[in-house]
Amino acid sequence: MVFPALAVVGIFSLYPAMDSFLLSLHRIYLGLPSLGEPFIGLGNYVQLFQDPVAHQAFIVTLGFVILSTTFELLLGIGIALVIHEHFKGRGWVRAAVLIPWAIPTVVASQMWRFMLNDQYGLVNLMLFGDQVEAYVPWLADPWMAFGAIVLADVWKTSSFAGLLVLAGLQVIPDDVYDAARIDGATAWQRFRHITFPLLKPALLTALLFRTIDAFRVFDLVFVMTQGGPGDATQVIQFYGYKTLFTEGRVGYGTSISVTVFVAILILSLFYVRTVGSKLLEQERA
Amino acid sequence: MTKPLPERLMLLVGIVFAVLGSLLPFIWFVLTSLKSQIQVEAIPPTWWPDGSLEFYYSALFDHELFNYIWNSVIVASATTIIALVIATPAAYALARIRLAGKVWVLGGLLCVAMFPQIVIAGPVWQILERIGGLNTHWGLVLPYVTLTLPLAVWILATFFKELPVELEEAAQIDGCTTWQALYKVMLPLAAPGIFTAAILTFIYAWNEFFFALLILTDPAKQTLPVGIALFQGEFTMPWGEIAAASVLATLPLILLVLLFQRGIISGLSSGAVKG
Repeated sequence: MVFPALAVVGIFSLYPAMDSFLLSLHRIYLGLPSLGEPFIGLGNYVQLFQDPVAHQAFIVTLGFVILSTTFELLLGIGIALVIHEHFKGRGWVRAAVLIPWAIPTVVASQMWRFMLNDQYGLVNLMLFGDQVEAYVPWLADPWMAFGAIVLADVWKTSSFAGLLVLAGLQVIPDDVYDAARIDGATAWQRFRHITFPLLKPALLTALLFRTIDAFRVFDLVFVMTQGGPGDATQVIQFYGYKTLFTEGRVGYGTSISVTVFVAILILSLFYVRTVGSKLLEQERA
Repeated sequence: MTKPLPERLMLLVGIVFAVLGSLLPFIWFVLTSLKSQIQVEAIPPTWWPDGSLEFYYSALFDHELFNYIWNSVIVASATTIIALVIATPAAYALARIRLAGKVWVLGGLLCVAMFPQIVIAGPVWQILERIGGLNTHWGLVLPYVTLTLPLAVWILATFFKELPVELEEAAQIDGCTTWQALYKVMLPLAAPGIFTAAILTFIYAWNEFFFALLILTDPAKQTLPVGIALFQGEFTMPWGEIAAASVLATLPLILLVLLFQRGIISGLSSGAVKG
């Protein structure tokens, strides 16, 4: 019964991943088939570690991952605390909060590109009103453009982080809070000493999910900045895409993607060890 | 227990921020889509549109949006159906039957879900080229099914686990095979879980961009995200048309969220936390 699922995953996920690893050990230029496809061992990886553009892309990606996941978790906690409360119309609020998550990333990217437009954008309108001469071309500045992709990602995925935190909140029984309230604990004390410690597993889950996903950011960059200005927003997956599919440097391109993969794999193993061990315990029980 | 006033105020502020923050940018896009060309190019921008539908008309007929919508409907529906047909028995087996190495299977699936798309993109492209799957809808559905299977299996396995085992045991005592127990007894009970998994799979396939960009280079075959990302005007960015196309691409998703908010929330968190 499991076989069809394993077969599909094997053919279109595991095999390609291993094939990528093999390709990354060869020098392959799609544009120059006459050179053949010589085996060069770890040559591509050596080149990768000396490639300043790749270094820059790794740093940009790392900065993006750290900033976006931090903000998403903080906002996610806020969102979760709000939609966990009981109030009239909670279903509508929950639906409203889910909408950024449901919107296609490409649509969200075009939307933020327009929001930040130097002439027609809402951000300039809200900041400067009629003072047209003060309008800022946000996406033309390296730092602002980087901030823009972080902002768009935070807008799009904070609610997802919020849902994972919400699932954690829902396991905490209400009477713990009632007891604390009777003992005179303030809202902050209740959060600090009850909610936060009990929420740690859910926060860890959200953190890892978001970290892994942020490593793979592509759509936002493709639509909003194309990696620019300069290489300011060129994240690693976009750099890999360019070398692989636009430049046809298959060997080198796959060595980039394999490196990203290994980085993510280490994170996932960590994840499976922490969260998956709960499953193991359940099985043994 | 009624809460003190400051806490209720804080909650109110939180609600207002969460709702406005989530909706305002998109509302601005909706307003933009209802403007006229002159209004879109006004500097400083104006808030309220005059309710012109010219951008919708132009997006649908001049930019052949119907075509993109149709492609997306086909790809997303096919992905959803195939993924669920494969995922349901797998999830049932993983949740119920004692299988050697089943923790490894579940862990492995989780790892696959974490793959960066680009690590499989090159070889998948080569496979599809070999079997003639480039620029076809089924060529896109194949990787989509692979990529959505892990999440679908996780959601369904969590759901199956919560159903009482006694029901199947009774069915098997009455002479049902494992397959019959699944199809006649468990499937109807698991319908809400299957439905949730279906919605999440559909949304994934509707929104996916990276593989669609690589596999579909023929504009006649492209899905909505590719169309919207590559939207080009003759001289300037056609913001009005992009906004109109974006609103149309998002409407079905908003409808799904409004109708099935409860299921989506439990489905998204089940794979992650209940583990």
